[in-house]
Amino acid sequence: MTGLTKETEHTEHTELAGPLSATPARPGPAPRRRKPLGTRAYKVFRVAALVAVVLFLVAPLFWMLLASFKTNVDIYDTGKSFFFTPTGENYANVLQRNNYFVFIFNSFWVAFVSTVLSLVLGVPAAYAMSRFTMHRSALVVLMARVIPGVSLLVPWYYVFSNLKMVGGFEVLILSHMFVSLPLIVYIMMSYFDSLPLELEESAQVDGLTPIGAFRRITLPLSVAGMATAGILSFIFSWNNFMFALVLSGSKTKTLPVAIFDFVSYASIDWGGLMAAATVVTVPIMIIALFTQKYIVSGMTAGATKG
Amino acid sequence: MSVLTPPRSAQSQPPSGRNAGRATGARENFSAWANLHRKWLFAAPAMIFVGVLIIFPLAWTLYLSLTDSQGSVRAATEFIGLENYLTVLSDVERFWPAVGRTLTFTGVALVCEVVLGMCIALLLWRPFRGEKWVRVAILLPLVATPVAVGMMWRLIFDPNIGFVNQLLGMVGIPPQPWLSGQDTALGTTIFMDVWQWTPMVVLILLAGLTSLSEEPDEAARMDGANAFQRFFFITLPLMMPTVIVAILLRGIDALKTFDILYATKGKGGGSFHEVETLNVYAYGLSFDYNQYGLSSAVLILFFMIIIGSMWLLTMRKKAVSK
Repeated sequence: MTGLTKETEHTEHTELAGPLSATPARPGPAPRRRKPLGTRAYKVFRVAALVAVVLFLVAPLFWMLLASFKTNVDIYDTGKSFFFTPTGENYANVLQRNNYFVFIFNSFWVAFVSTVLSLVLGVPAAYAMSRFTMHRSALVVLMARVIPGVSLLVPWYYVFSNLKMVGGFEVLILSHMFVSLPLIVYIMMSYFDSLPLELEESAQVDGLTPIGAFRRITLPLSVAGMATAGILSFIFSWNNFMFALVLSGSKTKTLPVAIFDFVSYASIDWGGLMAAATVVTVPIMIIALFTQKYIVSGMTAGATKG
Repeated sequence: MSVLTPPRSAQSQPPSGRNAGRATGARENFSAWANLHRKWLFAAPAMIFVGVLIIFPLAWTLYLSLTDSQGSVRAATEFIGLENYLTVLSDVERFWPAVGRTLTFTGVALVCEVVLGMCIALLLWRPFRGEKWVRVAILLPLVATPVAVGMMWRLIFDPNIGFVNQLLGMVGIPPQPWLSGQDTALGTTIFMDVWQWTPMVVLILLAGLTSLSEEPDEAARMDGANAFQRFFFITLPLMMPTVIVAILLRGIDALKTFDILYATKGKGGGSFHEVETLNVYAYGLSFDYNQYGLSSAVLILFFMIIIGSMWLLTMRKKAVSK
């Protein structure tokens, strides 16, 4: 991109956000290269607004992080909001005494297996639904995104407790797949929709069977899409609370349930609770930082088509 | 992309030729069959999985809603027709307030998220320095575990030691009860939802904005429209389909919000049921009070509300797209 186009882009946005910046309306007729009156005021406003947005989003998380390094005495002392002697005691408590390593493993295992299985089931399904425009079939799978989870939990609980499966990993993974699969089908469908048909067609002309073309041409081209779907599915599964609340047992408890159990005691151990909350959110945030563009493309999948 | 094709075809030619010579009849038949029926071969496993896990439980829920099942699902039940529905629909203590709270929560949260989301998306629309960091900040709430987020806000909104009341104290405003107040709890949970999910709306709207063609905006500017006019008469109408998708996606989840409500207020949405939405109410009936018949009736009605609002939005989207 040349410097010139950049320049014009900048002038464009400065005008665009005029109403937001509450700067006086600029004169209408556009000379070729005008310097709008509000440029400087708008620039200041934009920076201020962006800083406010970032603060609004990050400050609570920062506060959680701070509190996780405070003793409970310091947390109750409002004079020590920002200046205190940090302690690692909360983390030691949470990780060792409350066995959080087990919960971390449980959460990871359930999220990982349910994501892999959902990819195996979901990617071919999304492919077929996209290529053969099976809208009604897609609707069946996407129903799972709409239905309230509670309405499924009572029958599931009944069936699985009769099968003596409640408290095992299998049920948890099954229930999390129920969240992952529709997500993966949804994202992959919009991904396959955007892949040109010509590549597969020419592969078939060159002698590959349709399934062969899918395996050797389409799948390798879809790695980015599958990464997107897989990462989002992992995150959603890691964060899932309701299914694990009902279907997990003492041995398969996942992190969100473990945190919830933390507050069932009479008085809240705030430091420990914040350390526990940090332990759950930080791994997922680190994953998110490294896979930012995939998460963004997954969250916005299918949103911009008419 | 087309560069890819020649080497591929060169590679794929020999193996398929060899296969044809060596493959047994059965294998060939299977492969031919699989290729012929690949549509359903690919789609069926996922559909069966979801179907079994949904349709059977849904049918069961429907059945339970017509019985007086309670205590244990295994206990003998009697078919009582629509009595549960009548009980629920005439219940002004818990059911109707829960409907009201669900709609308030969803409605207010959605309006805040879409308006705020649109403002932030416009701020981010054109490139600027430090964009990367703002995008990271936007991502963080989005991926945070809702239960942990609930706990975090519990500390921040704590009436005695919470940071929010400390801040208010600095400017001389008396401490507010926030989550523990009967009137303020629902609003506080809406605030949490807005904090966590506005970023998702921003991402969706931003994707929509970037895909807009610049020409209409350009033309309007040539005609002397100011930024305000261009947004409301050009950008917003063009963005309507995307806005509705954002509302649809976010609305479904907002109606079903459970994690932060249960994490911050516990069973029954607090001692005065101040944040008890339909989902929390149904969960409580099922797993805290074991009233399966009643809870199933609530769930069926809840499901109908969700489907109904989705249908309305989809209709609206179709109208807007035309």
